[in-house]
Amino acid sequence: MSTVALTDTHHGAAIRDWAGAAPKRIVTGYGFWIFILSDMIMFSAFFATYAVLLGQTAGGPSGRELFDLRNVAIETGFLLASSFTCGLASIAADTRSTIWFQLAMAVTCALGLGFLAIEGNEFASLVARGAGPTRSAFLSAFFTLVGCHGLHVSAGILWLLTMMAQVFAKGFRADIQRRILCFALFWHALDIIWIAVFTVVYLIGSAI
Amino acid sequence: MLGKLTWDAIPLEQPIPMIASGVVALTILAILGWVVIKGHLPYLWREWITSVDHKRIGVMYTLLAMVMLLRGFADAIMMRMQQSVAFHSQGFLPPEHYDQIFSAHGTIMIFFVAMPFMIGLMNFVVPLQLGVRDVAFPTLNSVGFWLTATGALLVNISLVIGEFARNGWLPYPPLSELAYSPGVGVDYYLWSLEISGAGTLVAGINLVTTVLKVRTKGMNYLRMPMFCWTTLATNLLIVAAFPILTATFAMLLLDRYLGFHFFTNEAGGNVMMFVNLIWAWGHPEVYILVLPAFGIFSEVISTFSGKPLFGYRSMVAATMAICILSFMVWLHHFFTMGAGADVNAIFGIATMIIAVPTGVKVFNWLFTMYGGRVRFQTPLLWSIGFMVTFIIGGMTGVLLAVPPADFVLHNSLFLVAHFHNVIIGGVLFGAFAGYTYWFPKAFGFKLHEGLGRAAFWCWLIGFYVAFMPLYVLGLLGMTRRMQHYDVAQWRPWLIVAACGATLIMCGIAFQIAQLVVSIRQRAQLRDETGDPWDGRSLEWATTSPPPAFNFAFLPEVTGEDAFWQFKKRAAEQPGAEEMPEYRDIEIPRNSATGFVCAFFATVMGFALIWHIWWMVAVGAIGAFATFVVFAWRDHDEDTVPADEVARIDGSSRAQRHAILSREAAE
Amino acid sequence: MNILDPQGPIGAAEKTILIDSLGIMLAIVLPTIVAIFAFAFWFRASNTRASYLPNWKYSGRIELVVWSVPALTVILLGGVAWLGAHHLDPPKPIEGSDKPLTIQAVSLDWKWLFIYPDHKVATINTLTVPAGVTLQFQLTSASVMNAFFIPQLGSMIYTMNGMATRLNLRADASGTFQGLSTQFSGDGFADMHFDVHVVSPEQFSKWAQDASNAGKSLDERSYQQIAKPSMKNEPEIYRLADPDIFASVVSQKLPPSPGMQAGVKGASPRTEAADAR
Repeated sequence: MSTVALTDTHHGAAIRDWAGAAPKRIVTGYGFWIFILSDMIMFSAFFATYAVLLGQTAGGPSGRELFDLRNVAIETGFLLASSFTCGLASIAADTRSTIWFQLAMAVTCALGLGFLAIEGNEFASLVARGAGPTRSAFLSAFFTLVGCHGLHVSAGILWLLTMMAQVFAKGFRADIQRRILCFALFWHALDIIWIAVFTVVYLIGSAI
Repeated sequence: MLGKLTWDAIPLEQPIPMIASGVVALTILAILGWVVIKGHLPYLWREWITSVDHKRIGVMYTLLAMVMLLRGFADAIMMRMQQSVAFHSQGFLPPEHYDQIFSAHGTIMIFFVAMPFMIGLMNFVVPLQLGVRDVAFPTLNSVGFWLTATGALLVNISLVIGEFARNGWLPYPPLSELAYSPGVGVDYYLWSLEISGAGTLVAGINLVTTVLKVRTKGMNYLRMPMFCWTTLATNLLIVAAFPILTATFAMLLLDRYLGFHFFTNEAGGNVMMFVNLIWAWGHPEVYILVLPAFGIFSEVISTFSGKPLFGYRSMVAATMAICILSFMVWLHHFFTMGAGADVNAIFGIATMIIAVPTGVKVFNWLFTMYGGRVRFQTPLLWSIGFMVTFIIGGMTGVLLAVPPADFVLHNSLFLVAHFHNVIIGGVLFGAFAGYTYWFPKAFGFKLHEGLGRAAFWCWLIGFYVAFMPLYVLGLLGMTRRMQHYDVAQWRPWLIVAACGATLIMCGIAFQIAQLVVSIRQRAQLRDETGDPWDGRSLEWATTSPPPAFNFAFLPEVTGEDAFWQFKKRAAEQPGAEEMPEYRDIEIPRNSATGFVCAFFATVMGFALIWHIWWMVAVGAIGAFATFVVFAWRDHDEDTVPADEVARIDGSSRAQRHAILSREAAE
Repeated sequence: MNILDPQGPIGAAEKTILIDSLGIMLAIVLPTIVAIFAFAFWFRASNTRASYLPNWKYSGRIELVVWSVPALTVILLGGVAWLGAHHLDPPKPIEGSDKPLTIQAVSLDWKWLFIYPDHKVATINTLTVPAGVTLQFQLTSASVMNAFFIPQLGSMIYTMNGMATRLNLRADASGTFQGLSTQFSGDGFADMHFDVHVVSPEQFSKWAQDASNAGKSLDERSYQQIAKPSMKNEPEIYRLADPDIFASVVSQKLPPSPGMQAGVKGASPRTEAADAR
């Protein structure tokens, strides 16, 4: 063992040593990314189930007979637009502009609520037609996968309103900025999941 | 008003649960009474219940595990007794009770003993080993613990209000569907595990972020102690696997509550899909259990051999290989479901491949002892017991991984013997080794060595006497979960197994005695230096117990076995360290969020089980309100002023130096 | 019920694989265990004769050995697994037998129903089969998952509602053996065992002849009665009046049988809503 420096003999001075614990914003963001990854794995389980149960219509209606792609297009438009406005809100938070932040968040909220309204409507009409989740395994899988996404959007909206209230009451404090970062990540992740949903569930499900 | 809940839910006609819950209730009341009367409640609230300190949370996790071990073990003794007498007889436990007992035994042991024990040790040790002040998300840590406690509480409530699940520790449908399990038992199981699963996921996110982003200066990945590597692998597995459990149980709950058809016999439900999903979680789960134990053994064996861990890099590679491979073997849990030769063979081979890095680890521990000065204190005894026992268990596992062998041994007592072999020999022995090893760090005094050895020998011999007969019984054709049997050939082996269980009970009795005696004799057993075992990693650089802020100055690391290097440098250049100026230290502030959140989770869980819908709403609103109240707080940290830091650190530093120099002079 | 005392080719092949695999692994496991005790004892702290190598923590040669030994073992055992899984795949026909005997097995709560479609016979909780003849099992469940296992004949297989699994076994010696269910299925699970009488082909023909004249007949109506939950069923013999019973159970034309309701804490009253049309 070298007596001059008790460094790891495999690493010379060329490799930079770990500088110490990362700053709070990075740690928080990183942890939240890990959470989002775990949530995506949960969605994968629902996607896998949907794929397995796709054909199990138990003599009832299949996707082709049920899905209205026009509604899906509108929902997609709403969500994509809401991701854009959420991005605007993030920029407003970075520049500490309260008015623009609250405005962008309000529009995001409205678009999210619009999405939920259309989806709720779709679910209600399916149930009314006798194509509810208890009709067949396929429909159970459909309602659960799409419904789980909708539940996440609902939770996101509750969170959104809480963030608006926080900024209103306390301004752009460092911890509130970190939470806005996490919220934005969550909202964008929901958009990504939606893209998978409408591809796998609606587009592929309509073709079969 | 109260959903399905009526007075009938209390099993007044069943003596065993009534007596058991009576004893437990009296004990809890007695303890609570003592706490309140002696005025300890404010201390308990301030220092433990609302604490977000990883050391406190780690101790609470471990305490939960040890208490639940008693409950799970009581179930085991009852099962062994029943099977000793139930030859051409119904025994003393009719099927509706026996089925609940073996289901509760497995559920409690895995989810409320093994998991919390490991998470508790990881929580306590990892920030200290990484040279930092706490985990990445301290308040979330508290939430995770209390949610786990909620799950444990709900399972235990089922003993006295309602019933527990009767389908084994995994709720295979259609047996677990409403049609074949119409009672509340499966609902208790599902909600309890959904809630504690959320707690586990939170712990997983916390520890992954901590290991990857919150380490002290100079602590490169390849300078971390092995226990931190296994913590990383374990928690990556938790983050990746537990969402599958959440989703699968959610689907079963939807079937049971809202009439969905994921796994029902009718309307296209697919029971094979449940089996696949649940084992896609279930196999990583067993590695979640055993990887921390591997890490503990790496620490203990190297410390008690006085040598660095042999082959550190290949240990890291082996650990991460196990982490990834554990996701690729799940089908070996149901070779007999009929997937076909190609599929069975591929998964069998994949399972064997995982045995390679595991074998590498065993050899590396072996060569760590080689050329060492091995001290046979209790933690090392557990380690050697582990090495021998785990090898046998792993061997029978690889045996079961050969599909045609599994075709005759699946679900038999051979399988039961195998998994107890690896879980007791691996996870539980590791937990006990870690408990004994880190107890002085947590509490400032060692555990009584003689009673520890007695406990070890009772556990080791008791394990072999209890489970080797089960291998034989599996070969004699006996399947698992039998409430009674008519085959005379089986009975003697079952009686021997019951004797083994009794020996294990003596081991547990010794462990309880050890704790009591150690507390009584804590003055003699005191750890004065903070380094009772001549350790190699940074947790031994602190006092025992460490101050709330762990280190007055975050250490700067320059190699593996950081503390060992510091000690050598201090020995070579005594008195050479400069004393930098003390500064204020920020520590995370206490929060009741975890406890209150768990309270509402318990309310919601209970209400969901009994279909008390208004109470569910109350619980949900309460939980959201807790989240908002927490979000509204203005100060999340307390400051320990510099002179306070100086005072705490200075006195302990002087004390340790005095002892170390006295020892050096000897 | 000793699986190490097989009475047919499947069981015999599986026993061989079991013992060979065990032997291969013991060749590594036993020396390793000896080494653990040897190293721990020799390098104990009080042994001043043992060399102390406080900085020895790596050796390329040892690394090579510790990775290769398990890897080679796994390659060997992997070959055993591949070949064995294919050779002993449950639906694979057994060579060297003449015309196979089809037996349809239905697991109910909590008994076994065996149907011999070619002989117009059905039994509950008892099986009579000819020696030396391949038994082609088609299996399903009327309710929850079970598993069919005759330990001394070899492989087990799951039974599941709505689908049929397949298993080929053969008994080569006369005698009476035991079968059971190995997948826990509820309160009456422990009673799901049955006798397996292996007799000569002539005796079997006679038995089948007599059984097809049994007093009780198995048709859809008597099946509904049998399908109700019951425990500790005595063996019974039926005349098979309806040859499509098994197919009806598999296709769910005969719906899955109901579960037990009594004595369950917090049981919801049975409603129609849970079932689909």
